[in-house]
Amino acid sequence: MASAQESARIAERRDIRNRWLLSAPALIIILLAAIGPLFIMLAYSFMAKGDYGDVKFGQFSLDGWFSVFFQRDIFDDTISLADAHLTIFWRSVRLSLATTVVTLVLGFPTAYFIATRPQNKREIWLFLITIPFWTNLLIRTFAMQEVIRNEGILNTVLLTLGVIRSPIQILYTDTAIMFGMVYVYLPLMVLPLYAAMEKLDFRLVEAGYDLYAGRLQVLRRIIIPLVKPGIIAGSILVFIPSLGAYVTPRVLGGGKNLMLGNLIELQFGQGRNWPLGAAISITLMVVVMTALLIYVRSAARTGADNNG
Amino acid sequence: MGKRFDIRAQPGFATIAMFTFFLLYLPIVTLVAYAFNAGDSIAVWEGVSLRWFVSAANNDIVQQAALRSLIIAAFAATISTTAATMAALATTRTRPYRGLTFKYAFINQPLMVPEIVTAVALLIVFSRIKVWTGYSGLGYLIAAHTAFCIPFAYLPIRARLEGMDLTLERAAADLYATPWMTFRRITLPILRPGIVAGFMLAFVISLDDVVITEFVKSGGQDTLPTYMLGQLRRIVTPEINAIATVFLMLSVAIVTAFFFLNRKKA
Repeated sequence: MASAQESARIAERRDIRNRWLLSAPALIIILLAAIGPLFIMLAYSFMAKGDYGDVKFGQFSLDGWFSVFFQRDIFDDTISLADAHLTIFWRSVRLSLATTVVTLVLGFPTAYFIATRPQNKREIWLFLITIPFWTNLLIRTFAMQEVIRNEGILNTVLLTLGVIRSPIQILYTDTAIMFGMVYVYLPLMVLPLYAAMEKLDFRLVEAGYDLYAGRLQVLRRIIIPLVKPGIIAGSILVFIPSLGAYVTPRVLGGGKNLMLGNLIELQFGQGRNWPLGAAISITLMVVVMTALLIYVRSAARTGADNNG
Repeated sequence: MGKRFDIRAQPGFATIAMFTFFLLYLPIVTLVAYAFNAGDSIAVWEGVSLRWFVSAANNDIVQQAALRSLIIAAFAATISTTAATMAALATTRTRPYRGLTFKYAFINQPLMVPEIVTAVALLIVFSRIKVWTGYSGLGYLIAAHTAFCIPFAYLPIRARLEGMDLTLERAAADLYATPWMTFRRITLPILRPGIVAGFMLAFVISLDDVVITEFVKSGGQDTLPTYMLGQLRRIVTPEINAIATVFLMLSVAIVTAFFFLNRKKA
């Protein structure tokens, strides 16, 4: 008996060892070409900047982190807040929030519409949402650029209708960046909302109407609370990539209206301040990871609530 | 009440939904339409022509960039799908063991970090390795693409495996099949749709990548997306629309195939 137990334990241990060997290639590739470099970047953020980019290797300095929020006057060494950086931080947060709100306003009714179609039609509508999502982000941004440019469709239609007298300059403004982000991230809002609404129990809605609730009351008191996990998931899935957006602000912001992603690029290009670039990158990553963590926690909690 | 009261309806929702679908497709349709413009502008319509497709196809730089994109995607998708298949076999159909959660987190990590952050981190590391080794070939791009393709390849394969039980494999083992034979003759054929789906996802993800490629590439290593990004700074002709249209068709074809592949399974 003892030996049978013993051999079972040995077999299990061997099984686990084999499982580690099997997963080794994936883990090693990700370690070398994704996670490892992040730690090296963390080290770089604590080094002195090199004169022509790169860092002075092994020379410890907190200047990179200091310059994320502060700047030192070159003449009299007084310390003040780095206004340029704060403007960009604020723009990133503001535009990401605006993008989240607009995608929610458009995405909620759309997801609801799809979820209330007959079963066999839903798949087609969903497919129509996923197609733009899987086409290249750069191409979609470029497509948006063509729509909102001065000679683009939007201005042409508005001019023809007589709403405006001369083309409005949308391209290369904050609004353009927001339009672009709404366009490219909209599917990320619709999909989790749909997943939540698909499971919606319409008997509860019916009960609401039986108790003399109006349409708006049913929406506000029954539907929205029930699909809240979907609203949270969609909002986070849109907010996170918006905050780290690089391509959309680069193409639609025209190089003037920077977001965090472009500020990071600047430090590795013309700015030649790699430690600062590394420090901003890590700040961005920590914010994003925190948002994800909050999401995972709340998802776990609502899951437990529904079961309990 | 004359009309039946529909408890599912919400006023205005259908209108907003139609507006959303209109918004989603208007830019893409415009982009594709102007690829067929006979004139030099992406704003003034001058009749239908295929000249920009011809000019894009005859553009050496575009040809090379397209070829480079396909080579990188082929390598990255193949390696990442192989690694992801092995990892999926190692993380499913088992009792939870120590390190399992760690593996999940590790494999999904590329999905959680903003692309720009990974891109500059890779720039830091690879630029130094390039100086040390003197090698500046496509290997860096393939390595970077493989890493961020792994979680995408892993998802459908793992999903497929979780729906498979071990009965057939146990039966094969009872009949004296070696573990390798069991894998080749039993596990692999049943798993194949998941692997194909994973490969296609990884391929599209690699093909579409702009940010990481832009920071990792050495001089003269433009892929199609980074070439297009560079062109957008200049005066744009419908040639870009033509390239984008072909690219779009390719992605849509792969995604459509993926859609039907998954549907058949269900």
